Amino acid sequence: MTPNGWTQIIVFLFVILVITKPLGIYLARVFEREKTFLDPLARPIERLIYKLTGVDEATEMRWTEYTVAMLLFSAASMVLLYLIERVQLWLPLNPQHFANIAPDLAFNTAASFTTNTNWQSYSGESTMSYLTQMAGLAYHNFVSAAVGIALAIAVIRGIARRERETIGNFWVDLTRGLLWVLLPVCLVVALVFVSQGMVQNLRPYDKAALVEPQQVTTTGNDGKTTTQTVTDQVIAQGPVASQEAIKMFGTNGGGFFNANSAHPFENPTPLTNFLQLLLIFAVPSALTYTLGFMTGSRRHGWAVWMAMVVVFLAGVTVAYWSEAKGNPLLHGADQRATSMQPGGNMEGKEVRFGIADSGLFATVTTDASCGAVNGVHDSYTPLGGLVPLVNIMLGEVIFGGVGAGLYGMFVFIILAVFIAGLMVGRTPEYLGKKIESYDIKMAMLAVLIVSMSILIFSAIASVEKFGTSSISNPGPHGLSQIMYAYTSAAGNNGSAFAGLNTNTLWYNTSMAFVMLMGRFFMVIPILAIAGSLARKKITPASLGTFPVTGPLFTVLLVSTIIIVGALTFFPALSLGPILEHLQMLAGKVY
Amino acid sequence: MPTPEKSKLLTDSHLITVAIVDSFRKLSPRVLYKNPVMFVVEVGAVLTSIEWAYDLAHRVPGTGFGLQITLWLWFTVLFANFAEAMAEGRGKAQAETLRKAKAETPARRLKRDGTTEEVASTALRSGDHVLVAAGEFIPGDGEVVQGVASVDESAITGESAPVIREAGGDRSAVTGGTRVLSDEIKVLITSNPGETFLDRMIQLVEGASRQKTPNEIALNILLAGLTIIFLLAVVTLQPYAIYSGAPQTLFVLVSLLVCLIPTTIGGLLSAIGIAGMDRLIQRNVLAMSGRAVEAAGDVDVLLLDKTGTITLGNRQATRFFAASGVTDEDLANAAQLASLADETPEGRSIVVLAKQKYGLRGRELSPHNPTFIPFTAQTRMSGVDLDGQEIRKGAAEAIEKYAGTHGQRVPKEILEAVQAISTSGGTPLLVARNRKVLGAIQLEDVVKGGMRERFEQLRAMGIRTMMITGDNPLTAAAIARQAGVDGFLAEAKPEDKMALIKSEQMKGKLVAMTGDGTNDAPALAQADVGVAMNTGTQAAKEAGNMVDLDSNPTKLIEIVEIGKQLLITRGALTTFSVANDVAKYFAIIPAMFAAAFPALEILNVMHLRTPQSAILSAVIFNALIIVALIPLALRGVRYRPVGAEALLRRNLLIYGVGGVIAPFIGIKLIDMIVTYLHWA
Repeated sequence: MTPNGWTQIIVFLFVILVITKPLGIYLARVFEREKTFLDPLARPIERLIYKLTGVDEATEMRWTEYTVAMLLFSAASMVLLYLIERVQLWLPLNPQHFANIAPDLAFNTAASFTTNTNWQSYSGESTMSYLTQMAGLAYHNFVSAAVGIALAIAVIRGIARRERETIGNFWVDLTRGLLWVLLPVCLVVALVFVSQGMVQNLRPYDKAALVEPQQVTTTGNDGKTTTQTVTDQVIAQGPVASQEAIKMFGTNGGGFFNANSAHPFENPTPLTNFLQLLLIFAVPSALTYTLGFMTGSRRHGWAVWMAMVVVFLAGVTVAYWSEAKGNPLLHGADQRATSMQPGGNMEGKEVRFGIADSGLFATVTTDASCGAVNGVHDSYTPLGGLVPLVNIMLGEVIFGGVGAGLYGMFVFIILAVFIAGLMVGRTPEYLGKKIESYDIKMAMLAVLIVSMSILIFSAIASVEKFGTSSISNPGPHGLSQIMYAYTSAAGNNGSAFAGLNTNTLWYNTSMAFVMLMGRFFMVIPILAIAGSLARKKITPASLGTFPVTGPLFTVLLVSTIIIVGALTFFPALSLGPILEHLQMLAGKVY
Repeated sequence: MPTPEKSKLLTDSHLITVAIVDSFRKLSPRVLYKNPVMFVVEVGAVLTSIEWAYDLAHRVPGTGFGLQITLWLWFTVLFANFAEAMAEGRGKAQAETLRKAKAETPARRLKRDGTTEEVASTALRSGDHVLVAAGEFIPGDGEVVQGVASVDESAITGESAPVIREAGGDRSAVTGGTRVLSDEIKVLITSNPGETFLDRMIQLVEGASRQKTPNEIALNILLAGLTIIFLLAVVTLQPYAIYSGAPQTLFVLVSLLVCLIPTTIGGLLSAIGIAGMDRLIQRNVLAMSGRAVEAAGDVDVLLLDKTGTITLGNRQATRFFAASGVTDEDLANAAQLASLADETPEGRSIVVLAKQKYGLRGRELSPHNPTFIPFTAQTRMSGVDLDGQEIRKGAAEAIEKYAGTHGQRVPKEILEAVQAISTSGGTPLLVARNRKVLGAIQLEDVVKGGMRERFEQLRAMGIRTMMITGDNPLTAAAIARQAGVDGFLAEAKPEDKMALIKSEQMKGKLVAMTGDGTNDAPALAQADVGVAMNTGTQAAKEAGNMVDLDSNPTKLIEIVEIGKQLLITRGALTTFSVANDVAKYFAIIPAMFAAAFPALEILNVMHLRTPQSAILSAVIFNALIIVALIPLALRGVRYRPVGAEALLRRNLLIYGVGGVIAPFIGIKLIDMIVTYLHWA
């Protein structure tokens, strides 16, 4: 670890701290339908949209209506994407003439982008037409993020409101999130990305003649080997910059290219790398302030933020430390960081980002359920790879996905308040709202759905041929690959440990179901809690009230996340990355 | 209430014997399914029992380990049952005593024609009239409609001093099973057999009618949820283990499951609830629902009647103000003379004050031919005529009027003193001799000792106290200041009280109050915690959700503390139980896989001897910790009247951090013993 590396991490965190409050207040104003500086531009468009769609922006919805609207909208969007994929060959903007996509992969991808997961069982540059990328995938990047933010705002309203039946209007929240937050920021950021060398065109792929022709040997299906001489290289093109901005800002993470943010066209410079990191955490971090702002307890917002930061720092420290330490089995190699080399474990990392930025990126992208990568998590050291896995297993609540992070954290807050709240001698209450059996039932359901989908599907995959045949490394590493895939799907993260071939019928379908469960089955009980809280009275705070502010609450929340979130997975982890790490120390690799 | 020796609960061998028998009876799945955590343990124990029997029949080697695990799993369930049985035990003993009081008594029912007929008490219906004479038991709950009697209520309250019950007013309620000591009364029966106060009391102490309280239900859901999650984690561990080439035996998997699910709190939860109710009963408070006990912990506002709760209830003379030209002694002398025949507490306190301050002793007045003038509502004065002197004392306006008829005016400095006394919350009396005002006496309501500190504690707990009084606002404000309450309601009428409760509840607050009169009933019903005095009317007792058998309004504060203590105990043991899991993982996971992967031995931070001893120790710890915590569950975590933040910090440290550390030590110790005894 180097001072330079730590400086970058600290500067990153500092900038996040600085933008949290202003962006948080802005979000609150946008969704409370108050005046903002963007009104002259966005308000006319908003009015037009409501006029065309017949939405009455003044009516509000109960939690059930809100849920139904959200589900209908997501289902329609998912079907749209599925259809585009299935017929892309016959649609325009397909200069490479990519074939129509197979049903299982199309289903998986549609589920993946609708749920803000962006798991990709395909390589973008060799599978998806420009039209699919823009009208299908980028569209979902915007709307799935907007849905996530809308849901978080609805939950905050539920906490803040007193004896009300409704928690907002889904269509209004969706529209305002797009027009006031996502579109304007991405428009500006895309231009900055282009200035850094990111491509943005609709041209057919370029071809470059190789300076030195290459001999490539491949083995065909019949077992015969054929050797080809390759004289030129295809350089993929496309509307990358416009998709990249929302990929990060909406914590989507689905790369235009297979190499994702490790690809020079998707992440050309250290500056774009830094910007991308900021974009991932921006909204999730700001939403903690919005929570404090709208509920009238800013100190509570900050306490939640601090809990996130504590776990984030722990993660980044382990990841950076483990990667910088390098591989203990390479006795002869010099793995020290010097001015000439980054040192540490550079396998699977981009030279232009180095150890610190790769460790930071891996932590950030899995803390938030982004899933973009600028290196290969599969190639990290066992402990370096453990960090992303654990981050996702904690439930994507360390900042988390846009909106999803906050409403996921909300479940842990409810549990923390309920378990420890009794210890102040009152029945548990959260910001003046009594937490009762209905709320606990729903919170447990949300936790149960996520852990159930991860554990059951990983368990099946680890003993069945259709599961294990996709593994690229045997032993505990293979188990990590399987667990990572389902964890990533259930947490709607979308990053891959790589190495596992998931473009099979089993993985495509099972993971699509897990992604849908992790998003929609989880959020329904959470919205139910929001609806239940909105109906409750608010007991004014007194000296006897359970404190949800300050360091004590932060410690309590972190402990709850670790004990409830991580203990479920500890047995499984001990056979995966932990075992692999210990075996590596003992000199055994897989 | 006749309570069998309070402190000996845990050492009473009879109770323990009964509880042990009960813990086996409670093994029945029909009883146990209500407790999801323990039910899972029982299913696990059944499974391992079958597996062990199978292994034994097929001569599989190493059945000793399986047997030990199986036995300890059964012990885990038994220990949890034992905890519950112990908690119920004392109630049962009390119910026995109460049943004796309920024993069928003959009743003299009044017939239409005025004659009486003898019927069994169980034949009485609501609406019947009965006559009860000295020495007879009152056959059922009711209201005295005629007569006055002294009644021995010790069967219910445990208090041996008899109480007066009389027709009309707020002391008319009588309880079935109590005994009339003198006189004869006519009682209107107000309850049907099986629904009497005594019946309800028996049900309550026995726990027969015990329903889970709202928070207990919520906690049960959380525990069931955690159990399902851990069940999933353990069930899916087997495929991972198979993948890794290290499949596990049923004994090990069930052990892991039982250690992870929250058995500690699952086993003690109902015991905590029963014990909480029991603690109230120990203090002679009957909670009609468990919900009320929980609500008591949540109370934000206490409404306390001034008289008898905050103050001693009778005004006392505390100071003399003599008019100019009159000596203090002269004034005191006149005041004493005027009060000699006044048997009210106020009158007596004037005599006492004069004696204490000026050494004036009560005198024999008969040689002076005194005529005592009693107090009347018209004159609002009392006094004495002797040796041609007219000495009067009375309310300021009354004396002013009396003096005014003879052209005498009240001196200015006395008018000021009257004003000052009123402002400070006292009641001024004026003393006049021959219609000349001599001075003023200050009567004050004396605040009970220790109340100020009590209210300060409540404030620290976040509870506001409101004083309810019929006094005028000035007086009320002064007493409120003196007592240190947070607010007051002066010149309070029953409907004002009701309005205050409603307005506090509108603000989201929970309100507790005490009351005894019939006109308190609506407010008692409206309050979240309404404690009726046992001396009060039947209507008040019906309206409240608690009855204080001692009729001590100050007890409301203790009730709040008991409610809080119940919730804290639940929270503390839940936290402890969940925190325990960390250590159990470190005991069991390396033990499961260290054989296949020796590298995992590094996770065996406790250096447990063998995989088998590690698993066995974890299971034993898990079972024994339930027994070890039974006293805490029954006694309750000690409650300190401090703010929530301090309370949380302290309890998190003890039960959270302690819960993480304790099992590391406990399991290690058990492992050493197990190894020493060659169990594994």
